[in-house]
Amino acid sequence: MRIGIASGKGGTGKTTVATNLARVAAMEHLSVVYLDCDVEEPNGQIFLRPEVKWRRPVTLPVPRVDLEVCDLCGECGEICEFSAIVPIGKKVLVFPQLCHSCGGCRLVCPLQAITEIPREVATLMGGEVGGVEYLQGLLNIGEAMSPPVIRALKAVAPQAELVIVDAPPGTSCPVVEAVRGCDRVLLVTEPTPFGLHDLELAMDTIGKLGIGCEVVINRAGANGEATRELCRNRGIEIAAELPDRRSIAEAYSRGEMAVDTDPDFCDRFLALLRRIEGWS
Amino acid sequence: MARTPDGAGGKNTMKIAVSSTGPSLDAAMDERFGRCSCFLIVSPEGTEVDPVNNPCATQGHGAGIQAARLVAERGVSVVLTGRCGPNASDTLAAAGVSVVTGCGGTVREALEKYSADHASS
Repeated sequence: MRIGIASGKGGTGKTTVATNLARVAAMEHLSVVYLDCDVEEPNGQIFLRPEVKWRRPVTLPVPRVDLEVCDLCGECGEICEFSAIVPIGKKVLVFPQLCHSCGGCRLVCPLQAITEIPREVATLMGGEVGGVEYLQGLLNIGEAMSPPVIRALKAVAPQAELVIVDAPPGTSCPVVEAVRGCDRVLLVTEPTPFGLHDLELAMDTIGKLGIGCEVVINRAGANGEATRELCRNRGIEIAAELPDRRSIAEAYSRGEMAVDTDPDFCDRFLALLRRIEGWS
Repeated sequence: MARTPDGAGGKNTMKIAVSSTGPSLDAAMDERFGRCSCFLIVSPEGTEVDPVNNPCATQGHGAGIQAARLVAERGVSVVLTGRCGPNASDTLAAAGVSVVTGCGGTVREALEKYSADHASS
């Protein structure tokens, strides 16, 4: 079973849900893989604190133009959708950070003046903690191309009874790449107008991908009614509600996990785990 | 074979592109280069004015690069703007277009200031 944890809005509690779920699943002796796909700022390690076992770089192919061969015909600039290769004046400029590594410029070059060179953009890391296999990707500073890094991370992830994919916030390409291939997605939301607004966007995105989803309302209280109504109208079930509790926020601020802090939260995550096991 | 636009021949043919919020000389300048609403391509004296819409304004990425290509293809030799990002700067430099950043006010004021600075140097 591969579960994506996504949200739409940032800061609703994706990592809280993903890490605590991983912890209780390992406590229940399931084989668990936790993938931190928020490669711009992977923070699952703050809570799970894995022992690092390996690191490896992620490289992407980017074009290099041999100006001795190039006759400045401009074909490469025509095919590039991202202005990553620009024939101008007597030069061909390459902007590696805009390159999506599609290889189109190399294919259309009539003189084979373009070769591809690897460019390091991120580092993958793997580790282990208390029966949880931990994997994350981390983009190098200044890099923006997260989908290929997420793809590389998913490619090295081992199989397990439960694979938890902690997705980045938002509803754009990185989220799509993270949750693609998941059996089900948990959308973590908070009962605020922003949380509600972005939850609806996330429901649309996950729906378009043809993946079933349920909702976790984090910091839930009396103000959760609008969220519950949205779920009712959409026919989407609420998998769990996590109450707004100061002791949990305090533990979080120390980098401690809810299930280790509060027996009630432990029970709630165990119930969520049982529910997930019921999906397969 | 060289397709380099060569508009910088004499002073009379020199073209200046100013990033602008509107199509007239009295429009406020747009401080942004790549995402400005339009470019006014003018002679330094402001006698000939050619407003060019900037289709890059709403582009998701690479706007500065495409805007740089746009002005280079029009034979511009100097750009007056507020700010210009590194990608746009590199592209303009490759095309042999010089850039003056930090300009503001109306397009006319920016041109007058440029002409005055140019005359005194």
